Amino acid sequence: MTEPVVPEQRQELHVIDVRTGSFHVQGSGDTSGFAGLTRQVAMPGATSRPFGGWFDQAADVLFERLQTAGIDGVEHVVIDREEMTLFVRREHLLEVARILRDDEYLRFEMCLGVSGVHYPGDTDRELHVIANLLSLTHNRRVRLEVTCPDSDRHVPSLVSLWPSADWHERETWDFFGIIFDGHPALTRIMMPDDWAGHPQRKDYPLNGIDVEFKGATNAAPHTRRSYS
Amino acid sequence: MSTGYETTEGRVHTVTGGDWDSVRGAAEGAKERVVVNMGPQHPSTHGVLRMILELEGETVMEARGAIGYLHTGIEKTMEYRSWTQGVTLVTRMDYLTQFFNETAYCMSVEKLLGISDDVPERAKVIRVMMMELCRIQSHLVALGTGGMELGALTAMTNGFRDRELILDIFEGITGLRMNNAYIRPGGVANDIPEGFEKTIADNLTQLKKNLHDNANMLIDNPIWTARNVGTGYLDLTACVALGVTGPLLRATGLPWDLRRMQPYLDYETYEFDVITENTCDNYGRFLIRIREMDESVKIVEQCLDRLRPGAVMVADKRIAWPAQLQVGADGQGNSFEHIRKIMGTSMESLIHHFKLVTEGFTVPTGQAYVPLESPKGEIGAHVVSDGGTRPYRVHFREPSFNNLQAIPALCEGGMVADVIASVASIDPVMGGVDR
Amino acid sequence: MGIEESLPEGVLLTSLEKFAGYAQKTSMWPVTFGLACCAIEMMAAAGPRYDLGRFGMEVFRASPRQADLMIVAGRLSNKMAPILRQVYDQMPDQKWVLSMGACASSGGMFNNYAIVQGVDHIVPVDVYVPGCPPRPEQLIDGIIKVREMAQQRKQGAQRERQVVELEGFALHATPIADMKGLVR
Repeated sequence: MTEPVVPEQRQELHVIDVRTGSFHVQGSGDTSGFAGLTRQVAMPGATSRPFGGWFDQAADVLFERLQTAGIDGVEHVVIDREEMTLFVRREHLLEVARILRDDEYLRFEMCLGVSGVHYPGDTDRELHVIANLLSLTHNRRVRLEVTCPDSDRHVPSLVSLWPSADWHERETWDFFGIIFDGHPALTRIMMPDDWAGHPQRKDYPLNGIDVEFKGATNAAPHTRRSYS
Repeated sequence: MSTGYETTEGRVHTVTGGDWDSVRGAAEGAKERVVVNMGPQHPSTHGVLRMILELEGETVMEARGAIGYLHTGIEKTMEYRSWTQGVTLVTRMDYLTQFFNETAYCMSVEKLLGISDDVPERAKVIRVMMMELCRIQSHLVALGTGGMELGALTAMTNGFRDRELILDIFEGITGLRMNNAYIRPGGVANDIPEGFEKTIADNLTQLKKNLHDNANMLIDNPIWTARNVGTGYLDLTACVALGVTGPLLRATGLPWDLRRMQPYLDYETYEFDVITENTCDNYGRFLIRIREMDESVKIVEQCLDRLRPGAVMVADKRIAWPAQLQVGADGQGNSFEHIRKIMGTSMESLIHHFKLVTEGFTVPTGQAYVPLESPKGEIGAHVVSDGGTRPYRVHFREPSFNNLQAIPALCEGGMVADVIASVASIDPVMGGVDR
Repeated sequence: MGIEESLPEGVLLTSLEKFAGYAQKTSMWPVTFGLACCAIEMMAAAGPRYDLGRFGMEVFRASPRQADLMIVAGRLSNKMAPILRQVYDQMPDQKWVLSMGACASSGGMFNNYAIVQGVDHIVPVDVYVPGCPPRPEQLIDGIIKVREMAQQRKQGAQRERQVVELEGFALHATPIADMKGLVR
């Protein structure tokens, strides 16, 4: 009678970082005790079936097509806050994306944008590329997420499937240093052409200056203590 | 009669009249391309957009857009500010659709917090009202600046005159004309002042009378139609391939409006039409904008009818912005009752206020993307949270960024003058493009 | 250069200065340098309600060669900075710069890698107008101050003396961070 109650939609958690010490203070004579805190940062991980709503059928169609083609393209599926995220392996990205675009049940004709996220604590999966897809036919949305390690920042380009990804991939290269193989002209778009570094990476500082007030200065924002 | 001879600088023709055909025939053998750099500082008021055009005569053979001249690093700056401070940064992205930026961000944050259903009814109605007023204001600027670029200077003065009526409403409610950080995660920052609904209604009546000045002047105007009909052609295939949404997509005939297709904030309960044209050219987009303004006026009137007394901020005290704002002797600040309470009577309230304003609330881990229909297309905020008091990553899917990718498709093959008309019909705002 | 350079000092030059100042003040033409949100408020200031035409300024010259006032309206990014300097250099002499808004004056709320922390790093500024964005009335107040500066500007040899005097003030001014003792 004491069977554990397992909810239908079990959600695993994927730990991306372990942060120690509050206020990013290390060994400074901090006696508050907060310096000893350890916090695990975990993003929602793979969701187990059933997903609910239209997600199940769409995933079934996709997995069936992938199985016919003999590709194990999708790492896992995350259903979180009523949004479906497909984690796709980068070597099979174009095949998965083509099925998503062309299969008549899926028909994600429009790529709304491609962007990047940098998780420095997620070893071997530091850089994530996110593509938001929209199906006008079926009025649905899905998100593709592709990871690549910092040591090998290459992801296939989606421009051959959706031309709208052009400037988005240039922006992601500009800000994260992710090289999109097959992009026609991967150059900087937001920063000046001769800029060094990729600004939106977590190891690139915000680089503000100290703010002068009458009689004192305030430190630049990225040098101040953080509370999280 | 023309004679020609070779010099070190090319062939020189001497023309003595009546022989234009032979001159043109000779010149066609040696096509000369001129590269023209338009901007980033140029009379077209769409901000710091740089276009590199390769011309043969008047025809644009290649057009490229270069952006990034207004890149502000807003997305990275947000990683160093609390979730509520993000609203003040986000509102300055596309500075003409300020409430859409704010609402897209706040709705994504609310989705991550899980309080999307707890936002009070009054806050939702106020959000819709402000957004629709913002839509009218954005279209007025689009028509005004578009008209000015093509020479219709009165369109500019008319547009800005009518825009002042809307800015008066914004100022009365939020305290600012532009860059109002009004919509906060959980609701709105403060309620509509007592009796202000009457001012809104009066301004709306005046606006309804004025809105058609521009339309009456430009619709079927021979110069306007000559410049806009048939120029800037972008059909449905091109729009879908390039990820173009908004009036450009609706000008192809597809009635794709997120307020109707994927409603948010109870838009399914409002009565309005989705305006489409099927000419795919600049004139169609212009007509769409004019009629969308009328539809927005209808929605604002419905909002005013729906306003019922109630809270404007979510009830959960761990998230809700602690104070209502009020205008005092030294400007806008926390309301007097609130100050009396936190400074006079309750220490706990003071600490609560302090913690919420300085540290901010925490948002559970995850990512969310909520798209809205902004005047320029689909705007959405992709927000990633690591469980802290600051955003981990915020990326905005800006409609103008996508729409500007269509510049080559719109301009190549046309004439230089059509480039101006086409860019004006895209209505890009570089703050949103460059962020 | 102009006739004012070769005129001897004295009453004639002073009268010429008053006349030249009046002429420049009342017919100032701004160059379009609207960058961001402040540009919209600048356009609103040129609109019907807050009319810049009463100052003779409703004509925003796109060509810097025909303009004498540069209103830097909006945040200046690092990519745009060389262009700002180029446009400033292209304006003929007797020019004024008005830095509109917090971002143009000091970098504003964007203290980061992308924004120049104040356009006075790039061009010399005559009047700073704070605000985010400044209301059209605030911009007009700034413009009136620029007009006063235009009226008071000297010509010829007296101008050279005025420049040395102003630079002396600037060189001996206290840095803001050293203005201590102001808080009671």
